[in-house]
Amino acid sequence: MQQKISSFIGRRRNWSIPYVLFLGFFVVVPMLLIAYYAFTNDEGNFTLANIRKFWVHPEAMNTFIYSVVVALITTVLCILIGYPAAYILSKMEARKARLLVILFILPMWVNFLIRTLATVALFDFLKLPLGEGALIFGMVYNFLPFMIYPIYNILQKTDQNLIEAAQDLGANPRQVFLKTVLPLSVPGIMSGVIMVFMPVISTFAIAELLTINNIKLFGTTLQENIYNGTWNYGAALSLLMLLMIGLTALLNRDGNSKAAEEGGLI
Amino acid sequence: MIRRLLSSSYLGILLLMLYAPILIIIVFSFTEAKVLGNWTGFSFKLYTSIFRGGVHHSLTGALWNTLIIGLVAAFGSTILGTMAAIGIHNLQPRAQKAVKMVNTIPILNPDIITAISLFLLFISLGISQGYATVILAHITFCTPYVVLSVLPRLRRMNTNLYEAALDLGATPFLAVRKILLPELRPGMISGFILAFTLSIDDFVVTLFTIGNEGLETLSTYIYADARRGGLTPELRPLSAIIFVVVLILLLIINQRAAKRKL
Repeated sequence: MQQKISSFIGRRRNWSIPYVLFLGFFVVVPMLLIAYYAFTNDEGNFTLANIRKFWVHPEAMNTFIYSVVVALITTVLCILIGYPAAYILSKMEARKARLLVILFILPMWVNFLIRTLATVALFDFLKLPLGEGALIFGMVYNFLPFMIYPIYNILQKTDQNLIEAAQDLGANPRQVFLKTVLPLSVPGIMSGVIMVFMPVISTFAIAELLTINNIKLFGTTLQENIYNGTWNYGAALSLLMLLMIGLTALLNRDGNSKAAEEGGLI
Repeated sequence: MIRRLLSSSYLGILLLMLYAPILIIIVFSFTEAKVLGNWTGFSFKLYTSIFRGGVHHSLTGALWNTLIIGLVAAFGSTILGTMAAIGIHNLQPRAQKAVKMVNTIPILNPDIITAISLFLLFISLGISQGYATVILAHITFCTPYVVLSVLPRLRRMNTNLYEAALDLGATPFLAVRKILLPELRPGMISGFILAFTLSIDDFVVTLFTIGNEGLETLSTYIYADARRGGLTPELRPLSAIIFVVVLILLLIINQRAAKRKL
């Protein structure tokens, strides 16, 4: 018996069993529960009413579309602002660049609610109005590091020989950038997009704080439904988000685990 | 020359923007005003009152809860994730791919989806929410990062060393302790640090799994505060202290890493 147990433990692939069980129970089953709640009513009977409610009920729909627009604007701004920063960092001497990258990531160690409240104080201090502008600023402020880091990571690993080859073949600096550097850094941009776009749609609390409760994003809609006890409808709305995530994951199939690895912030 | 000046001033402006809100918190931690943004003269009072407890014992309570949950979740996910990584590394390619895919789900899911799905799980099972549910939820979203930071170390190491140790008569346990763990330690440490910071910074998942028995972490405390329209003044010095401690730690780690490379 003991022999059996020790040979079972000795096979290293068996070491994944606890985690596989854990994933099944805490990741797969809960996601199936979302689907279950989405397609049932309070009594547990099958229904499509929750799904239909989303199409009929304009409030959730409007919030959803608004959130997608905010997320798009935030993502584009993060790329436009973050890419040059990542590019400059990648051209720096490694040691100095690492220090600066740490400085870019460091603000994330201050609790994001406190940071958001401080942003509100900053806007008050500068006598700027709170509202949509503040919302976009706050979102870019919160998510910019998530864009800079993966782009920097991939730019820094770019094979310098390819760039030199392009130069030797007569490309001017602009062509080198557009034809060599930029295409090679697309995976970095993609991982940045993954880490900015969906999280922005689903943030809650930030939008309310930055717009004095005037604007809410989809995350708040989800949270309100769960808190008000309309779990089934909340689950249906969550299912919608899950479908979107699944879609982006499919579009970006092998990029995913790589993106996650490169996205790891340490 | 001009290009260099331009690029460093671009980075400078960005950093200034990123740090402006934090600087405001640090500056206003040295005044007693109730509202963030009012300056009522220089004072250390907020700093001393954090450590005195008393009136603000609920804040120190929330701080302790945050740290305990963070440490337990980080330990749990480091152990689970390291074992998982060793196992996954030795799985058949097909099974390996499947487990890795499920492993990225919690990373790709926005935290509110993770939060709602776990909320529904605990509700369905009729488990009362509290310390245990928060810690389990945190382990759920932290472990994938540990797995991802340990796996590259395994890929890079020479697995024959482990087999050699077994052939030379080491028990699997001894071989793991003497051969595997030393190789994996850097990955485990960064996984642990990442898990800890993810845990203490988490708000959404915590809010949905903490129950309503009065258990508070810093995030839920601040959220309740913000909804009431203000921020407990003591949170300013507390954030300032956390920020400075993390800054110093990161600079030390960076220094050490730089030295090792030279």
